[in-house]
Amino acid sequence: MLRFILKRVLATIPVMVVVASLVFLMLRLTPGDPAVVIAGDLATPEQVARIRAELGLDQPVLTQFLTWFFQLLRGNLGTSIFTNLPVTTLIGQRLEPTLMLSLSTILFSVVFGVTLGTLAAWKSGTWIDRVIMVLAVIGFSMPVFVVGYILIFAFAGQDRLFPVQGYVSPFADPVGFLKAITLPTIALSAIYLAHVTRITRASVLEVLGEDYVRTARAKGQIERKVLFRHALKNAAVPIVTVVGLGVALLFGGAVVTETVFNIPGLGRLVLDAILRRDYPIIQGLIIFFAFVFVLLNLLIDIAYTLLDPRIRY
Amino acid sequence: MTLSRRELLAGAAAVAGAAALAPAPAKAAKGVLRVVPHANLQVLDPIFTTGYISRNHGYMIYDTLLALDDKLTAQPQMVSNVEVSADKQKYVFTLRDGLSWHDDTAVTGADCAASLIRWSKRDGMGQRLFSLVDKCEADGANKIVLTLKRPYGLVLDSIGKISSNVAFMMPKRFAEVSADTQLKPDQQIGSGPFKFATGEWRPGAVAVYLKNAAYKPRAEPVSSAAGGKIAKVDRVEWLTMPDATTAMNALMSGEIDYYEQVPIDLVPVLASAPGVKLEVLDTLGSTGMLRFNHLAKPTDNVLVRRAIAKAVNQADVLKGVIGDPKYYKVCNSVYPCGSPSEASDGVDFMKFNLDDAKALLKEAKYNGEKVVILQPTDIPNSNGFALFVADAARKIGVNVELQAMDWSTVLARRAKKEQVDQGGWNMFPTWWIGGDLVSPATQIALSGAGDAAWVGWANDPTMEKLRAAYSDETDPAKQKQIAGQVQARAFEQAYQTYVGQFFVPVGYRDNVKGMIPSPVQFFWNMEA
Repeated sequence: MLRFILKRVLATIPVMVVVASLVFLMLRLTPGDPAVVIAGDLATPEQVARIRAELGLDQPVLTQFLTWFFQLLRGNLGTSIFTNLPVTTLIGQRLEPTLMLSLSTILFSVVFGVTLGTLAAWKSGTWIDRVIMVLAVIGFSMPVFVVGYILIFAFAGQDRLFPVQGYVSPFADPVGFLKAITLPTIALSAIYLAHVTRITRASVLEVLGEDYVRTARAKGQIERKVLFRHALKNAAVPIVTVVGLGVALLFGGAVVTETVFNIPGLGRLVLDAILRRDYPIIQGLIIFFAFVFVLLNLLIDIAYTLLDPRIRY
Repeated sequence: MTLSRRELLAGAAAVAGAAALAPAPAKAAKGVLRVVPHANLQVLDPIFTTGYISRNHGYMIYDTLLALDDKLTAQPQMVSNVEVSADKQKYVFTLRDGLSWHDDTAVTGADCAASLIRWSKRDGMGQRLFSLVDKCEADGANKIVLTLKRPYGLVLDSIGKISSNVAFMMPKRFAEVSADTQLKPDQQIGSGPFKFATGEWRPGAVAVYLKNAAYKPRAEPVSSAAGGKIAKVDRVEWLTMPDATTAMNALMSGEIDYYEQVPIDLVPVLASAPGVKLEVLDTLGSTGMLRFNHLAKPTDNVLVRRAIAKAVNQADVLKGVIGDPKYYKVCNSVYPCGSPSEASDGVDFMKFNLDDAKALLKEAKYNGEKVVILQPTDIPNSNGFALFVADAARKIGVNVELQAMDWSTVLARRAKKEQVDQGGWNMFPTWWIGGDLVSPATQIALSGAGDAAWVGWANDPTMEKLRAAYSDETDPAKQKQIAGQVQARAFEQAYQTYVGQFFVPVGYRDNVKGMIPSPVQFFWNMEA
């Protein structure tokens, strides 16, 4: 196992190099010039040229890439062109809200998704199954921002349970955190929850038809044990895969959710950076996201071995 | 089996229960003003950039030697008085007593002279002024002496200008940083009524300003940027909210106190919301325009430009883009209507008339060449202006191609001088606040300096002579006359097509008081 982990960690290095190179080159091919944006309407071409030189943007692309790449090797993601703050500082400022939103969404989706999916499979063909599947289709079809606005309209505002917007750190105010994170979590969970529910239903249904489940029932096992000990545990591998890969959906949805609920997270940071062509932030965040994906995939692979003893690396 | 339903509900109940135990949303502590500004503060150096949000940040923490009052007249601000020599070539500015920087050191003449020099490297009016300055230096601890090579009519107007770039004063050690290098977050030291809380700054989320208890306001009542700047709250929080609906909901729920620029389409909702008020503070408003490229065919032909300008009916554009007549005005002047500089010279060149527009196009021998309009889809008003002007131009037979893109791409594309088939352009929409348009000197869209002019590169020596005459003139009556001639020339040459004046209201909770009517948003004098 240790050898497998080491091999996977080493394999991430070429992946990260390719990601870094692609990100850098694609950004340089995108129209737009941060020097023009930062200089403003009144700047003369000479002033823009001086700013471009000051930022090193007048250098050949290869020189710019090598400078950035060697900085990256030293763990330096560069400095934001606009704010003059290190990209690591900006990511640090924004990491907690996104992490908390992602964790609460995963927790909420997995708890309710697995429960509803299992219930739908167990009651397959009944009205309970149909209601859950209809809800799943609705959850899957509704854009995050629509769900967000409906939740705000229904539950947030003056003298209501939840605030309209904002983020409160759980370390500063746990109750305030719960209030602030609940609606964004539900909004962001809608698609994810539907996904997990459907996959769980399909996996559990498949397992419920297996011989060992029939044997368990024939031996007189109570239904709860059949469902959770025999069926769900054996259906867990595809569910874990979906949960892990669904984090990609989360990052995409987080951009919208963070905007609708005004949560100062990484999603909004990357959006602002793209609109302004703040290259170091975009590059730094994509490298960061790529690293998180690689790490997640590794964790999923490890989780397989824990859930299914037949899987060995 | 009954367990599943119970188990399912248990989780939901736990979440709901935890939330129900929590208190209602907290109101702001007394003395805190929570504001949603018009943009995300990213660049802290208001000399390095012309962005309005950086300018507003500058007004929070810096002060100015002079400042414009509500009549747009320069008044003393940091200075106690200005002495002008009889030959109008020497200006001596004497600082008020007791001024200090946020690091508790005294403001000196040397600091201010260095600040003026840094400002002059970036600002258009500053550059023109300093092209005539022989010396700018301190005289003792509290005097700044400006010696000119010849008399100049806009010395005080330049130093007191209200909008970007504003001549903000900063300590000499920061003023000596190149104007092409951005000041760092830990270099935000001014002498203004608020201090910047650098440690609390989260770009894209929040910027915090704390009351500067050591600030010595002037005794005069506040009047636009001039008069006594009294910080009446201990803390101002700028909360960036990129989504307008979220900001609207936050204002309605009392989670914020002040929304600096309410989009017009949200006005009806806020107008009927309890506890919320709407008000237009900037009576000069903003003026929309589509800038012509004077180099690219076919808009290099003045007759084509005039034809398109005449095809645009401001009333239609404003009704379509702004909607509510309360918030727009048809304005046939290059200067803000309602301002002292509003003029009527040359309006026949640009007044809407489709028949005349078609005749002009025919006279221009226009042959169906493509006219490329850059369409910034992420700026709602500019996007609307582009769509309506494109429609107007098509009505007279112009072959218009709208090219949709984001504003950052517009900024890059509009710098291209090539013809349209090589990535060039013919028109792009934008708007300016009235404070930037009040005179031929402040309005860069009126420059006819060719390559040195604003993008579009109008090359018009006649205009440059008129603008120079305006700047050199020291008699206000004659200046106004020249300003009229500048307008007539601008319309005749169709520098841009004006789409009218619009007014963006602020929204605020009814406990907020002390807003200052002005083209620029100020936060002193306000209380919540």
